[in-house]
Amino acid sequence: MGKLISGAEIVFKVLEHHKVEHIFGYPGGAVLPIYDELKNHKTIKHILARHEQGAGHAAEGYARSSGKPGVLLVTSGPGATNAVTALTDAYMDSVPLVCISGQVPTHLIGTDAFQECDTTGITRPCTKHNWLVKDVNDLAKVMDLAFEVATTGRPGPVLVDIPKDIQFKKTNFVLKSSNKKKLNGKSKPNGKISSTDLDKVINLMKKSSKPIFYTGGGVINSGPEASKSLRELVSITGFPITSTLQGLGAYPGDDPLFLGMLGMHGTYEANNSMYSCDLMINIGARFDDRITGKVDEFSPKSKKIHVDIDPSSIGKNIKVDLAVVSDVGSFLKALNKRIKEKHKDFLNSNKQNISKWWKDIDKWRQKKSLSFKNSKEVIKPQYAVQRLYELSKNKDTFITTEVGQHQMWAAQHYKFNKPNRWMTSGGLGTMGYGLPAAVGVQIAHPDKLVVDIAGEASVLMTMQEMSTAVQYKLPIKIFILNNQYMGMVRQWQELLHEKNYSESYTAALPDFVKLAEAYGCVGIQATKPDELDEKINEMININEPVIFDCRVDPTENCFPMIPSGKPHNQMLLGPEDEKEEVSDEGKTLV
Amino acid sequence: MAKSKSAYSEPGKLGKSEHHIIVVWVDNEAGVLARVVGLFSGRGYNIESLAVAEVDKKKHISRITIVTSGTPSVVEQIKLQLKKLIPVHKVADFKRNDPNILFKELALFKVVSSKKNREKARKLCKKYNSFILDKSKNSFVIQVTALRREIDKLIETLSPLGLVSTSRTGAVAMTRGSEIFK
Repeated sequence: MGKLISGAEIVFKVLEHHKVEHIFGYPGGAVLPIYDELKNHKTIKHILARHEQGAGHAAEGYARSSGKPGVLLVTSGPGATNAVTALTDAYMDSVPLVCISGQVPTHLIGTDAFQECDTTGITRPCTKHNWLVKDVNDLAKVMDLAFEVATTGRPGPVLVDIPKDIQFKKTNFVLKSSNKKKLNGKSKPNGKISSTDLDKVINLMKKSSKPIFYTGGGVINSGPEASKSLRELVSITGFPITSTLQGLGAYPGDDPLFLGMLGMHGTYEANNSMYSCDLMINIGARFDDRITGKVDEFSPKSKKIHVDIDPSSIGKNIKVDLAVVSDVGSFLKALNKRIKEKHKDFLNSNKQNISKWWKDIDKWRQKKSLSFKNSKEVIKPQYAVQRLYELSKNKDTFITTEVGQHQMWAAQHYKFNKPNRWMTSGGLGTMGYGLPAAVGVQIAHPDKLVVDIAGEASVLMTMQEMSTAVQYKLPIKIFILNNQYMGMVRQWQELLHEKNYSESYTAALPDFVKLAEAYGCVGIQATKPDELDEKINEMININEPVIFDCRVDPTENCFPMIPSGKPHNQMLLGPEDEKEEVSDEGKTLV
Repeated sequence: MAKSKSAYSEPGKLGKSEHHIIVVWVDNEAGVLARVVGLFSGRGYNIESLAVAEVDKKKHISRITIVTSGTPSVVEQIKLQLKKLIPVHKVADFKRNDPNILFKELALFKVVSSKKNREKARKLCKKYNSFILDKSKNSFVIQVTALRREIDKLIETLSPLGLVSTSRTGAVAMTRGSEIFK
């Protein structure tokens, strides 16, 4: 018989086993035994958030920027319910999180005890799996499995709910980690990619004269090697490539083969290529509705290949001609090898085959769909993002965002060259994500420049986390494109609801410079285009948290856009198109 | 075309809806039924009937039989989503009209009426392997095993004969022959 240890200590033993260095959390009654144990584990640092949602997004930012699972520690009841938004966000965007929640003692479960809620019931639809641990002897096994489920297959959040009495109870600590390859914590049937599948993919590529790679967050989640293999594949094929919001950075944003982001606010060339292609190769993306628009008219003439680690992502929204269930990194590596070894003929002919296709694409590029009318009087938000990019691109910069117009402008105008540098809430679209995510990113990368490109409405939702940044001396930069509106809401109201700006204007915004000072950090304000560079440089050079209040044109809209219910080849390019659209409905732009 | 005011796309063409019987083998642990049922309600799938019980006491495996309807792509999604759940071991999917599959449902009917009507009711139930489980002066409780649609039909015809209470188990399914579903 070994030494008996408490449930709380077991929690840390398993965290240590998984080499966890940081946990994000907030204490409370039902989780105190675990907090009590914290002092005995020096390799694990706890980051105290100001709200459990903030802790959750910080853990997400940490995970997405480092490739390691984020760990979150919250108390029962409101602690757990506050974490739900972050868990759902992580679920939608496939971010590995392990959430440990305290629960009321087992004998009080079901009695409506103080700070009791049905945590496993509430989080069941927003986690890959969750557990209520009712026996301390199960705790080590469950905690270990929690990490396995969160990090294998399509990554995502899990939750372990531990009643307070189980945290106190003592038992022998035994941890048997299996070395078997597992997917979603289940034994993996067959991890190998068949060469038949690879040849099928290559044959479709050979026959194609209008191919396109459509890549997504799966490439990022698969690790930096996957991005390398993707770059190699694109380079040997010469095929054009577009990326989803979550996939940005997997392929260099400034490369000529890159068509920019696709989707509702994607570039004209990316969306038209998706519409007109004869072969679409989806690698680690999920045919989200922001990408497809109306599914009946989505890329009508193409053969579609879909590579995804999650079998349920295949065929969910769009029927495909060839499906490969695989980790995209392993697939890309195998495909590159196969092409080079067995299909040299293809390498000699492919670039010739698609030269006409590139001419079409160049024509679409001529539209310069990301262009905007700049101004000398007022800062255009796109210009602000462009300047931020130019002035920070030589550093290894990490960008987070909130949700809305600023997020789309950041995606359009900030060019990412490496994976894991771009943290944004795509699936759930959580306003208030970016500031706490920046906290998590800075914890994982203490010496890097971390900028939250924010909107003033979003950032107020989790502004309290500035206090966290100040406490841990995290020099995050909150770059607010302040237009005084919920910009995307305002844009939709302008375009679709007869300019009835119902409740989308914030009449009483705080003075962000004073707010920064109140938090004990630095506030900067820019109101004129000609002062922007100097002030951005000032922000970058301050080794403290900064809130940057960038006053931008309040009426600017985010273009290009695919209006709702329209196929990809009918984009609005700017305000001019909008007018035509109203006067002549049904007019197409191509 | 009227201008859409939605930030979402319009619905596309729907496929033809079909009945399927989905059989799921799961670990019999706390909350497992909620996971399966929650997946159906959360994603807007139908459940027409549900039967569940532990079938392996040693390994604690329960067998859940769900009758559902949906377009082929929805049914495919249901299967794939079910397979992703951690406590799920395997998922089988049968079409209702598959001749290689046996489907049965058990129902109890309580009939309260005149002797003549009760006699009629008993006769109607006869060909469905019926047993009278309880009798009183003016009532009986009868057990039948039949296909879902046969029980639907029986309920209709028994109603005017004094049917006052119905209890049904939901369908269970098994393959014919010596093969088992792997």
